[in-house]
Amino acid sequence: MSAATPKRTIEPFLWALFSAGGVVAAMLVPGLLLLFGVAFPLGWLDPPDHAHLLAVLRHPVTRLVLLALCVLGLFHWAHRFRYTLYDGLQLERHKELISLLCYGGAVVGSFLAAGVLLQAM
Amino acid sequence: MADHIVMQVTRYRPDRDKAPTTQDYEIPLRKDWAVLDGLNHIKDHMDGTLSYRWSCRMGICGSCGMNVNGEPRLTCGTFLTDYAPGPVRVEPLSNFPVVRDLVVEIGDFMNKLPTVKPWLIRTDGEPPPDAEYLQTPAELEDYKQFSMCINCMLCYSACPIYGLDPDFLGPAAIALAQRYNLDSRDHGGHERLDALAAAEGGVWSCTFVGECTRVCPKHVDPAGAIQRYKVTAVNQSVKALLMPWGKR
Amino acid sequence: MSENVEYGGYYARWYRPRISRLWWLRRRSYLVFVLRELSCVFVAWFVVFLLLLARAVAAGEREYQRFLDLSANPWMLALNVVALCFVVFHTITWFALTPQAMVVRLRGRRVPGTWILVLNYLAWAAVSAVMAWVILS
Repeated sequence: MSAATPKRTIEPFLWALFSAGGVVAAMLVPGLLLLFGVAFPLGWLDPPDHAHLLAVLRHPVTRLVLLALCVLGLFHWAHRFRYTLYDGLQLERHKELISLLCYGGAVVGSFLAAGVLLQAM
Repeated sequence: MADHIVMQVTRYRPDRDKAPTTQDYEIPLRKDWAVLDGLNHIKDHMDGTLSYRWSCRMGICGSCGMNVNGEPRLTCGTFLTDYAPGPVRVEPLSNFPVVRDLVVEIGDFMNKLPTVKPWLIRTDGEPPPDAEYLQTPAELEDYKQFSMCINCMLCYSACPIYGLDPDFLGPAAIALAQRYNLDSRDHGGHERLDALAAAEGGVWSCTFVGECTRVCPKHVDPAGAIQRYKVTAVNQSVKALLMPWGKR
Repeated sequence: MSENVEYGGYYARWYRPRISRLWWLRRRSYLVFVLRELSCVFVAWFVVFLLLLARAVAAGEREYQRFLDLSANPWMLALNVVALCFVVFHTITWFALTPQAMVVRLRGRRVPGTWILVLNYLAWAAVSAVMAWVILS
């Protein structure tokens, strides 16, 4: 009675990325979106001046946190959106194309995020 | 309280119907009657051709599951007075092929269940002990909730993924696998991995809609069981990746 | 009506309805579920918005000002208000489901689900406070 070798599938890792992305998005996105998307444009609060925001953005911790937010957030979107297309619109017969667009999009987005966030400022 | 209520019951006679129709029956409204009592009254006194499954009439056998006003329910535990003045719509459980009237074919579940090996698996090679395996109350609590499943199929009826994905194992099968995975007497976690963590139809198809848990008459919480197993499967995959030489 | 087929023996004519493409509109709980899933689109939108902001800040004072003006554009604002609603909905539903998905044991006893829920909200509040302080100070 030997222990079975699990068949190789990438699904567990994709779900783990989705899950991590969900937690990070839940914690960080509402606050940031409230500030930059609603509060500053509506004048509820004064936006930070450029020098200060640049200093914050330059900091290695900020870069790392935001990079994690972008990468994990994109993979969170990719996984959830893929299943929404499979189940909501019953498009599972196109699963290869959908997977390519979703995870491929997340990979491309991650590289773009790295390009923006890791550049010299 | 009115003394009658109308039950709108799905009829499907495969020898003559292409698709199900609805037949209305006006039955007495007794305050202690369940929907099942209404169906029995119809069959005994009004229309003997109506077909449906039932057995214990007390919510433990899992036979009498049907859609009552669109909601999967055990008809023995669903009371007519809650739907007064009616009418009450009684339809077969969704997501299963309809054999006749209110009877559905659950062969798909019956085929999927053994693939998750819902029995105690021991790998120590020891002969069975003379007395029972010992287990503390805390160890019992770990899996007890999942052992309450009566295979009534209400969760399958509520799960949209089961209706859409023909390969999906479904809530009850995964919850029953967890009942054994979490049992301290069991060593079979690795043997269940292939079926549960399969790329097609395994736990990954579940998107945590949560309807299964909501409709379960025994409070098994299959949705929780599935999410917990996803975490287990991730841990197994990480271990397999980082330590491929280890005993898996 | 039915074809002229003799029904007999083991021939089973099961009825298998096709699931409608709009199945998720049939029940309120399914609709709420699909809306919850669609919140991921707004998470992805926020990533785009964040990268636009970061790029503008890195490019200089003028670019930053242009970004601020863009974010005040009525369409952009409307989009972000909708996005904010969906993203908050994501957070609330995520925290509500976390206790169901994980069983935490402390000293042999199971931690009640409500504690996990409360801890998540406290963490959210703490993170948001730190974030606001860093940005606004």
